Amino acid sequence: MSVLTTDTEAGTGAGPAPAPAAASRPTRLDLLVLPALIFFIAFAFIPMIGVLLLSFTDWDGISAISFAGFASWRQVFTDPGTYHALWLTLALMIVTWLVQTPISLLLGVFVAGHQRYRAALAVLYFLPLLLSSAAVAIAFKSLLDPNFGLAAGLHLPFLAQDWLGDPTLAFVTVVFVIAWQFIPFHTLIYQGGVRQIPVSMYEAAQIDGAGRIRQFFSITIPQLKYTIITSSTLMLVGSLTYFDLIFVLTGGGPGDATRILALDMYITGFKANQMGAASVIALILVVFGLALTLGIQRLGGTDRGASQMEGM
Amino acid sequence: MTSPITSRRSFLGLAAASTLGAFGLAACGTSGPAPSGGASGGGGGGTATMWALTGQPAEGIRKNAVEAFNKLGKGTITVTTFQNDPYKAKIRTAIGAGEAPTLIYGWGGGILKSYADADQVEDLTSWIEQTSGFKERFLPSTWGAATLGGKIFAVPIQSTQPVLMYYNKSLFEKAGAQPPTTWDDVMKLVEVFNGQGVAPFSLGGQSKWTSMMWLEYLLDRIGGPDVFDAIFANKADAWSDPAVLESCTKIQDLVKANGFIKGFSSIAADTNADQALLYTGKAAMMLHGSWAYGGMKDANPDFVANGLQVGNFPSVNGGKGDPANIVGNPANYFSISAKATDAEKEVAKAYLTDGLFTDAEVQAWIDAGQMPVAASASDKLAGTADATFLQLVFDLVSRAPNFQQSWDQALSPGQAETLLTNIDQLFLLKLSPEQFATAMNATIGK
Repeated sequence: MSVLTTDTEAGTGAGPAPAPAAASRPTRLDLLVLPALIFFIAFAFIPMIGVLLLSFTDWDGISAISFAGFASWRQVFTDPGTYHALWLTLALMIVTWLVQTPISLLLGVFVAGHQRYRAALAVLYFLPLLLSSAAVAIAFKSLLDPNFGLAAGLHLPFLAQDWLGDPTLAFVTVVFVIAWQFIPFHTLIYQGGVRQIPVSMYEAAQIDGAGRIRQFFSITIPQLKYTIITSSTLMLVGSLTYFDLIFVLTGGGPGDATRILALDMYITGFKANQMGAASVIALILVVFGLALTLGIQRLGGTDRGASQMEGM
Repeated sequence: MTSPITSRRSFLGLAAASTLGAFGLAACGTSGPAPSGGASGGGGGGTATMWALTGQPAEGIRKNAVEAFNKLGKGTITVTTFQNDPYKAKIRTAIGAGEAPTLIYGWGGGILKSYADADQVEDLTSWIEQTSGFKERFLPSTWGAATLGGKIFAVPIQSTQPVLMYYNKSLFEKAGAQPPTTWDDVMKLVEVFNGQGVAPFSLGGQSKWTSMMWLEYLLDRIGGPDVFDAIFANKADAWSDPAVLESCTKIQDLVKANGFIKGFSSIAADTNADQALLYTGKAAMMLHGSWAYGGMKDANPDFVANGLQVGNFPSVNGGKGDPANIVGNPANYFSISAKATDAEKEVAKAYLTDGLFTDAEVQAWIDAGQMPVAASASDKLAGTADATFLQLVFDLVSRAPNFQQSWDQALSPGQAETLLTNIDQLFLLKLSPEQFATAMNATIGK
């Protein structure tokens, strides 16, 4: 046990550069990776191999699995529904990013201030994050009911729109509810990021005569570069897995107006019982997600350790 | 990223170790559901398991009936209950993994067929024939959805649930109108109620199967049962039948004439908002399953007692279908798992003959306002709280020449899923009747 303890210390203390002590005892560091690796292999890698194999079969979940070659692949790639789902996923990804990033950035900067009322507000902003997606979806579904929802309760007829029934409005509503639920999380990330920026930078800028807005664009935003990349990665990759909220809120409807790829996969696999086709969609999602993550990492530059503090 | 030195050998060793670990973890993951109230013992006979649904009144009635059976000394049945939607996924996984309960709760039709095709449920045909008088204990129209290719794979249970027309009487009186008997009446009433500022029909369109009920009835009235039989039999281009196209056109005419309440595709049936529209007087009519009666009775007993009128779907002029036909869920069903041991199967069969539809159970269903599928129920209706409604349901079901099972239950799960999405598009006017037919023809044989 004592050996492990020292390893943990060496591991966490190492940071970007490995501690020389650890380098001389390589096997112990390998052990540190073991728990994560076991979980990754058991719950991500092996299922993924299973999915890959299933994509070449025809299986309804109960009868014998039969090899079907590329039939499922052909079915998925000739189905216009797949491209529609792919397009919707992409659209949802971009629109939710465009909506969430500015709002959570501004809110993050705002609640990073040390005034007491801002701390109180930060707690309030944080609340939606504590609710489960299913609960959020059920609540919004009831609030948006055109006859018995918010519109009827507050006597505001303009709120009585066909929120979840009109294909375009339903998409907008989904974006709104996602933003409502996840902006608090990203606000929190930005709040932490802003608090890391040395106050002396702002003081120097003030002496140089920079106003609030100039300070925001010339100091805050550049200093938050990696925070923005982290938050964007979480948003963009996370949007591939939006499922529970949309599933409960619209079920992919009306028609297929909100049937994103993750939902398409679930419905194909567990409602239509076509495990082969669902596996193909799952693989598309994996490739999509992987490419996206790598792309964003590239965007952030290769040298993640480069100093942001030149001249400090 | 600078990584610590890892020799290839140690990495391989690691990979091997973690694979073993993965198997260990996987083994931990396969625990079945814990049975509730697992009282063992009781009289002689073996044991069996049963999975059923939560939700009253069915859950309470089922548990009481099983308790009573367990006291007979013919075996002990343990009941585990699940919520409706999770159950549908769970039972499929359990059957696929060979861990099905002895008595499998189901809906008959397409899903039952997939079980039967995979040899997962017992063929009960000969057993039912040998058990004299057994088949006659049930309403005859309930056997259809349990019979596949002449073989019976399930026994009807619970209550029969035809789809009915519900009318708000006071709105009809205010408008000086009568409930519709033909489709022309329907279209006229749409104008009348729209003129009065009342929505003609309530519809929980977001749930999709609610919209499907309209198409089911229209197709039956216009083309008769043969049209859907051809679809069910997977005949090529069966959805292109002129009757399908006419039904779709009539639906879209109704949508265009504002026949359904504004924003109907935002309304979900699972919150019963569609029923609320009827009893709060915001809509004058509604097409819904017979369970809506119980739902509205819970929410607004006064309306159900004084303001509600119920009837069959109107006829369509020139249509081939018998206006006495009905659609809906003929019954729920119990199948016996083919993977169960002989002893378990014996207990399950003993339950079906001696534990199902005892006098107490039949009475409990009637008291709950539902029409049990037991033939003996008709004598017990008189004088009960919901006698009028139950008598109407009984008459409709027993006199109907054809009781069409809900399409999403009758078809294969893959077809049903595509059907629901396309019907939604049809109601949104995003698909023309021809496009609908083409899209559905593509599912034939899948």
